[in-house]
Amino acid sequence: MASAVPGIRFRDPQIEMAHGAGGIASRRLVEGLFAPILFGPEGGPLGDASHVSVSGTRVAITTDSFVVKPLRFPGGSIGDLAVNGTVNDLAVSGAHAETLVVSYILEAGLPTDVLEAEVRAMADAARRAGVIIAGGDTKVVEHGKADRMYITTAGIGCSMPGLNIAPNTVRPGDRILLSGPIGDHGITILLARGELDLEADLCSDTRSILPLVEALVNAAGSGVHWMRDPTRGGVATSLNELARDCRLGVVLAEDRIPVRDAVRGACELLGLDPLHIANEGQFLAVVAADCADAALGALRNTPGGENAVVIGEVESQPAGSVLVTTLYGGSRIVDMLVGDPLPRIC
Amino acid sequence: MCLAIPGKIVEVLAENPDLAVVDVLGVRRKVDLGLLQDDHLATGDWVLIHVGFAMSKISEADAKDQLRMLTEFGEQQAAMEEVRGYGLGSSEGGG
Amino acid sequence: MRFVDEFRQPGLITKTADEIRRLANPDRHYRFMEVCGGHTHAIYRFGLKDLLPPNIELVHGPGCPVCVLPMGRIDDGLSIAQRSDVIFTAFGDMMRVPGTNGSPLEHKARGMDVRIVYSPSDALQLARANPGKHVMFFAIGFETTAPSTALTLIRAKQEGIRNFSVFSNHVTIIPAIRAILDSPDMRIDAFIGPGHVSSVIGCRPYGWIANNEGKPIVVAGFEPLDLLQSIVMLLRQLNGNERKVENQYKRVVPWEGNRAALKAMAEVFELRPYFEWRGLGFISQSALRVRETYAEWDSEQRFLVPGVRVTDPKAAQCGEVLKGVLKPAQCKLFGKECTPERPVGALMVSSEGSCAAYYNYEHRKAAVAATVPVA
Repeated sequence: MASAVPGIRFRDPQIEMAHGAGGIASRRLVEGLFAPILFGPEGGPLGDASHVSVSGTRVAITTDSFVVKPLRFPGGSIGDLAVNGTVNDLAVSGAHAETLVVSYILEAGLPTDVLEAEVRAMADAARRAGVIIAGGDTKVVEHGKADRMYITTAGIGCSMPGLNIAPNTVRPGDRILLSGPIGDHGITILLARGELDLEADLCSDTRSILPLVEALVNAAGSGVHWMRDPTRGGVATSLNELARDCRLGVVLAEDRIPVRDAVRGACELLGLDPLHIANEGQFLAVVAADCADAALGALRNTPGGENAVVIGEVESQPAGSVLVTTLYGGSRIVDMLVGDPLPRIC
Repeated sequence: MCLAIPGKIVEVLAENPDLAVVDVLGVRRKVDLGLLQDDHLATGDWVLIHVGFAMSKISEADAKDQLRMLTEFGEQQAAMEEVRGYGLGSSEGGG
Repeated sequence: MRFVDEFRQPGLITKTADEIRRLANPDRHYRFMEVCGGHTHAIYRFGLKDLLPPNIELVHGPGCPVCVLPMGRIDDGLSIAQRSDVIFTAFGDMMRVPGTNGSPLEHKARGMDVRIVYSPSDALQLARANPGKHVMFFAIGFETTAPSTALTLIRAKQEGIRNFSVFSNHVTIIPAIRAILDSPDMRIDAFIGPGHVSSVIGCRPYGWIANNEGKPIVVAGFEPLDLLQSIVMLLRQLNGNERKVENQYKRVVPWEGNRAALKAMAEVFELRPYFEWRGLGFISQSALRVRETYAEWDSEQRFLVPGVRVTDPKAAQCGEVLKGVLKPAQCKLFGKECTPERPVGALMVSSEGSCAAYYNYEHRKAAVAATVPVA
């Protein structure tokens, strides 16, 4: 049904899983329905967090929700994701997370020890990340209506000085940095579901990337043009968003993209592309060419950043698209995630 | 649906010799060996896996053969040019 | 040896590509058809077209079992699963293929019990674990996959698992190749043969292509070096005026095929007198149905199936693209009404469909081909 509000471009008759997958359908929902109604026609490109002025002070604010299934998995749990995910969203928008608030939606019948484990996980993750959890809310719904537990957070942080992160600062020649191997989280969740009968020594990469981002910003300052944490939809989706927002091309060298063997094996078995798989402890940064070496060095010298690499460059072509090249001269376009190969991973 | 990839048998199940645990780059899955009963598969063998079934035993000898042939491409050409350089008049075939 | 990376070595790939350029006659335009959807996918995924000289054209064939499935069969399968006690299972590829009233995934969103399985044996396991439900496996695939479905049914019968059935859409490759060669619009010089189908049926069944139709055919593997080496072999045959069946994929494909797999197929399946292929029409002796001896495990014999014939939307040119007469970008709906997100036809859904492969990996490259210097 056409809406009276101008700019509503979302025409899907019902919501599907794909709308929550972080790929093309998600973007359509946000840009086509939420943005025109909530943000009005002046709204700019949508990032992970928003920087606003509260009585003259610049703060960054973000919100996120977590519906991962199963609740616990190798490397972490929903509680870890909730804290780290929020801190990371603020970090890649150029803000140092200070305070979180959390809201729980609990299913009647959830064992208390399961809840307690997640609350402890959040407390521990908050301590490690250096943030305070200042308050929250709880709701309980009938059995069968919340799949054990959903968590929503909101986070506030201070903007890092000296940064100007925006798609319009990105230039051809900028380098694309990646903090570490991709696909660990999504594949770990897939295996933890147990539906595909696959086993591997793999765990989620969930962690706070704030120390890495701070090291990067200290080294490169205003040379950092763009950052994103590639969660649902993976590196491919984040970089496609970059390419579209800045109307330039992103060219990656396939042999430089780090992927653990087990992730590669699972992707080959299932016909998945690691570039589309979610990550919970990595980030992408676009950095001016003359700062790239210093930026990479700073990351590699920070605990947890040892595997950081330059995976490609921004170029003028193919504008709006992401191209992956091979050592032998072949290339392919990599699009945003379409559909939802791995539901409920975050 | 031609998606099939090589994996290594790491364990044939004692309770059911038709099933084996196969490893692909560290990812393990139970695979049905029922289509390769004539091959007498054992731990360490490589098989082609498709939708949870082993379709074929992979021959390392044939794989090495193929790679050797490919390595010789450029060398064959160089060798032929050298021979031609001797002016012995050997004919240029299709390669 | 891991049998994968060795066949992706950049140095050898470059060498083989050079050999192709050396062998290709510059005065000739070559049209090679890769029959199998897995090859279509591999060609795009590895960017192999970038390595070929401009006078070698790769034409995509109809070997994508999801793509050739008529919409009516999806409707039929879903109609069985409307019953509340039925669990609909299928490979991931099938989940977003549009039926008349939506894809399996859309039916799932509306409450139908639809589950993705990696293997037919996983579907059988679901039946063991859910004795109060009936598990229906919507089977697709060529001869690569049919033996696995067959063996699963053999096991189901042996174990007496009665709450399990298969809705068979298995099709066979030879009639598809024959339909291509019989088509008056086609001018194919040689074939890149389906490597994994051949691991089951062997290389003998292709003899008539070389002997009667006079076209070389090389059975190929799926890594970059496999495909490139196969093209070298085809060029050598054409240059030397030879017409024969060759096996490039020796490490996997036995010339005689897989006897145990063929035996399992023969026990469970028989050829349907005819079957409708999207884009190719009705082809006789081209598809498999479950035998009478396994009637209890045949969804079509256990349940009433509407048997509806649904024609493709007129504007969609799936048939011509399937036959290789049109390139994906030449279909009027390509990239506009028909995208991977909103597919009109199955060629845009399946990871092996030429439209999806072209859209996902290629079409924006074409737009900038003139401006980007190729390394």
